[in-house]
Amino acid sequence: MALLSFERKYRVRGGTLIGGDLFDFWVGPFYVGFFGVITAIFASLGTALILYCASQGGTWNPWLISIAPPDLKYGLGFAPLAEGGFWQVITVCAIVSFVSWALREVEICRKLGMGYHVPIAFGFAIFAYVSLVVIRPVLLGAWHFGFPYGIFSHLDWVSNTGYQYLHFHYNPAHMLAVSFFFTTCLALALHGALVLSAVNPKEGETVKTPEYEDTFFRDLIGYSIGTLGIHRLGLLLALNAGFWSAVCIIISGPLWTKGWPEWWNWWLNLPIWS
Amino acid sequence: MKPNLMLRLGAVVIGAALLSACQLGTKSTKQEGYRGTGMDQITLAAASKKIDPINVVPPPPYDPPKPGGRPAKEAYQNVQVLGDISEDEFGYTMAAITQWIAPEQGCNYCHNPANMASDELYTKKVARRMLQMTRNINTGWTQHVKQTGVTCYTCHRGQAVPTENWALPAKGNEETILGNLHGQNKPVIATAYSSLPNTAFAKYLLDSNSAPIRVQTTYSHPSKYPATANKTTTMEAEGTYSLMMHTSTALGVNCTFCHNAGSFQAWNMSTPKRVGAYYGYRMVRDINGQYIGSLASVFPKHRLGPQGDPLKVNCATCHRGINKPLGGVSMVKDYPALRPAGPMVTAAAAPAPAAAPTKMP
Repeated sequence: MALLSFERKYRVRGGTLIGGDLFDFWVGPFYVGFFGVITAIFASLGTALILYCASQGGTWNPWLISIAPPDLKYGLGFAPLAEGGFWQVITVCAIVSFVSWALREVEICRKLGMGYHVPIAFGFAIFAYVSLVVIRPVLLGAWHFGFPYGIFSHLDWVSNTGYQYLHFHYNPAHMLAVSFFFTTCLALALHGALVLSAVNPKEGETVKTPEYEDTFFRDLIGYSIGTLGIHRLGLLLALNAGFWSAVCIIISGPLWTKGWPEWWNWWLNLPIWS
Repeated sequence: MKPNLMLRLGAVVIGAALLSACQLGTKSTKQEGYRGTGMDQITLAAASKKIDPINVVPPPPYDPPKPGGRPAKEAYQNVQVLGDISEDEFGYTMAAITQWIAPEQGCNYCHNPANMASDELYTKKVARRMLQMTRNINTGWTQHVKQTGVTCYTCHRGQAVPTENWALPAKGNEETILGNLHGQNKPVIATAYSSLPNTAFAKYLLDSNSAPIRVQTTYSHPSKYPATANKTTTMEAEGTYSLMMHTSTALGVNCTFCHNAGSFQAWNMSTPKRVGAYYGYRMVRDINGQYIGSLASVFPKHRLGPQGDPLKVNCATCHRGINKPLGGVSMVKDYPALRPAGPMVTAAAAPAPAAAPTKMP
């Protein structure tokens, strides 16, 4: 990881949110910063706790290791370590390290005088995680409602939690989230393909300018969103995918307890035709 | 400012509309499986506290008579089912049944007042068959009704015809593509308002020959195993899903009350409640086939469904939105005539097909 000759001029001190000059340095290619240290500590602690808790779980099969949240009876209080307490501590470690990672991104943005698009985007992923393990459990009154940390076990949790509402595909926010996920893939595939078609020609052929890209889509569908616009669109689609995923689980339970198909009866009951 | 105002107004209207379709009250929660499995019941606290008057057990007509006395078959004529109980208990049972089924019409709903023994009214013939059915349920289907048992009121709730019933659906215009909806896209409570096929009752609950409900096979390529494999198609699985949605809605619970979605089929991953449901489906088939089905020629036309078959029962007929009908109160203990001591001769014993729930944790 050699430092590129021109990279040095971008490595400026300052712009930190906390800690001043403390930790305001680089280790190899990585900027450290106060939040880098916090991330390292809590990510290591959380990982170590996951490994220790797994060692108490009776299996080292990576598919089956599971660290489960507490029983319902513990409500929003602390549970004994072996009965969900580990899950609680690991959850705290995860949130602290995720948020610190985002704040480290903010500090890097500040050093470079850039916009905060990347940390904000990562913030949506953190929001989706926090929705699952903090917001929804708090709204339902128990840490019990968080999802377990395990490969198969978290999938089973997703499935069972979906079946709590009989048919989760009728969840309106889930519909939006799924649509945004698919549309994100479509947009990324179109964008990637278009860029490669223009700037990665066969040997001996010339690279085409963005005007070619625009013209391709104008010929095809009458409109090109443009080189900047496609990235705005991509970010919008991707953030919406994560956002509506979070919404779809927050509303399941705290705002709706029956089968999701029944929710749509508001449409049937509109005074226009009912 | 104008577009801003419009935007704000729109946001308020849409926000209010979205919230109005939500349940904002506090929730009551119940854990159904090991922590982390996601097997939980979440309901509106207000809804679970409020008891619908329909789900309250009515008091007996008067204090139950003391045992002993002249048997009913000696006191009255044409007593075919309740002949062995005492004259006093017979009167008491009849008074209760009247309250449960025909509180307004009274005795004359089934009886000719000039000749109480006469079978001239169809309702009396139906009532006799229903008494046999009730006694059979209480003695032959204890895997489902346990010692709580059932009475006429469990289904009837003061109505001559239980309000929760079903009949074979009217046939659509199957000649045309547009006319045949395959029983789908009709948001009815029978499918929990989903677009799943609403013909599941006819397929799975008609009688003891109804199609098996289970869709999972134990083979990776079921078509290669002609004899034993479950060759149910993906399309048919929608019928099973539909039936399960009905059962959940009828009991006021979600799928995880009985199942762990990790494997809907595996008994050792399911909750013990699934065993009750397993026998419940078989009990409903017995009721619909052996008892209600046998009355097809007795019912007058206005009591039949669009295809001319009598109105039948499903989970909702007894359960009425709660997992233990009438709040789990044993009503039959006050009406011993409805639960004779030994098993009935006519009782259809619960079948024990392969993969019956014998090994429950």
